[in-house]
Amino acid sequence: MSATITEKIFSGRCAREVVAGDVMMAPIDAAMIHDITGPLAIDKFMEMGGTTVFDPAKVILLFDHQVPADSIPAAQNHVMMRRFAEEQGILNYDVHEGVCHQVAVEKGRVLPGDIVVGSDSHTCTYGAVGAFATGIGSTDMGFALRFGALYFRIPESIRAEAAGAFAPRVGAKDLVLSIIGDLGADGATYKAVEFTGPAMEAMDIPGRMTCCNMAIEMGGKAGIVPPDATTHAYLASIGARTTRKEDLTPDDDATYAAWKDYDVTDLVPQVAVPHNVDNVVDVTDVAGIPVNQVFIGSCTNGRYDDFLEAAEVLGDETFSPDVRVIIVPASRTEYLRTLRAGLIERFVEAGAIVEGPSCGPCMGGAFGLLAPGEVSLSTSNRNFRGRQGSTEAEVYLCSPATAAASAIHGVITDPREVA
Amino acid sequence: MRVWKFGDDIDTDAIIPGRFLTIYESAELATHAFEGTRDDFAREAKEGDIIVGGRNFGCGSSREHAPLAIKGAGITVVVARSFARIFYRNCINTGVLPVICPDADTIREGDTVEIFPEKGCLTANGVRHDIEPVPAFMQKIITAGGLVEYAHAIEELELCTK
Ligand code: SF4
Repeated sequence: MSATITEKIFSGRCAREVVAGDVMMAPIDAAMIHDITGPLAIDKFMEMGGTTVFDPAKVILLFDHQVPADSIPAAQNHVMMRRFAEEQGILNYDVHEGVCHQVAVEKGRVLPGDIVVGSDSHTCTYGAVGAFATGIGSTDMGFALRFGALYFRIPESIRAEAAGAFAPRVGAKDLVLSIIGDLGADGATYKAVEFTGPAMEAMDIPGRMTCCNMAIEMGGKAGIVPPDATTHAYLASIGARTTRKEDLTPDDDATYAAWKDYDVTDLVPQVAVPHNVDNVVDVTDVAGIPVNQVFIGSCTNGRYDDFLEAAEVLGDETFSPDVRVIIVPASRTEYLRTLRAGLIERFVEAGAIVEGPSCGPCMGGAFGLLAPGEVSLSTSNRNFRGRQGSTEAEVYLCSPATAAASAIHGVITDPREVA
Repeated sequence: MRVWKFGDDIDTDAIIPGRFLTIYESAELATHAFEGTRDDFAREAKEGDIIVGGRNFGCGSSREHAPLAIKGAGITVVVARSFARIFYRNCINTGVLPVICPDADTIREGDTVEIFPEKGCLTANGVRHDIEPVPAFMQKIITAGGLVEYAHAIEELELCTK
């Protein structure tokens, strides 16, 4: 029978035909916890009578939101989770590796066809390698750690088919912002978003991660790109390998809640304006707005490819002295690649502050907070009121190219206008 | 029961800002609920009050701190036109009843609301409005008293692979 990727993944793992709307207790292939939601998940695990986790090798554990510890309670949470990891025999990446979603993928902990849960809403990022991955709360995570399974209602899917090829300085972030603008912040609630079409096929894994990462910003339960040769080449490059044989290509005649056709050929750089991610406009509509802070990083856009894009726009220029440019690689691996390519040196020379791999200012926790009245331009995924500090500050979201162009001029700038 | 009325797309950063996420105790979280967006809430919300939101209530991060902060304020029912998925699930798991009411927008700040899940309706100042039933599998968890209690109650996991 014709099926969506989600239906194929669950059918594969449940050894029977599964369709959207089915409710089932499904086994999980990996469970991710970090320093913010992990302690509560561990408490819940224990409250449920848990003594040993279902499979230590399937638990991804690290600290990324408040690293190095930015407060005494954060430090205590780290201590508590370190102890748990040690007792349970779970590999602990601690503060060493970076942002959970980047680390989970680049360490090969998530594979095509896997069912993965994470106690973080952007767990949907792992759909970039063809997994069904979704964010859950801490009590659900306690259950998952204890039993290695969780209740799922198999979601309907929205097919987002992207044709065409991107113009220079336009890319994955612009595409996903335009899709969110089209579908709205709740346009995909309870649904999986399948990103398909020639533009997605031509996109590499970092770009696919950017798209899947933001599926939650349209309410999606998951974002998924069909695994293909690019996926397998990426997995090979990180030394990961899947033994699953099933075909995970969605059938065109599967039942979709909606089918949306996009063409990226004429797409221009997109910006989400305060205070909702679906307030999306062309960069030309907001060009000239002064910014106080530019953040390039996060699980959405903190990879080498993103920094390369920013560096290409930067060229030999310097950043505006009126702007605090904060650059935070999403992982140690991406940091090293960026460093070795000389980009970090270029950014620092141009006036940026470069911080170690972490969530950084993305959620207004650790550092880089905004004062009332300040404006931030950010390559991250949320611009909610108060997300990066004061509720009277404003956050605009954009691509690394737009962020770099704007950081040079101190005002929101169309990256296509920078030579 | 007093209604605290909120609009569309109320996100979890508004319910409990990121800087309070090292707190896990619901009563303490409640002292910061809606801080910066609705400061009178933490001061004045009373046991048994009800939150009524618009579309997509609880969107954003997966933080269970959000329903916990609400619960800590003594609120055990949130009514909305629609909920964000993770928040909806977190409510059920932590013992806050999420009620989907297509007419939620007609309910006003300060109205008196009563919920009748078994009758599939609520009343706002005496006017009846339909509410959506909770899916059967969620109902099992609610009946058990939350996911923790459910975990204790199950003898064998009914895995889909069996
Ligand atoms: S970088 Fe931002 S969105 Fe990503 S996991 Fe960290 S806080 Fe969440």
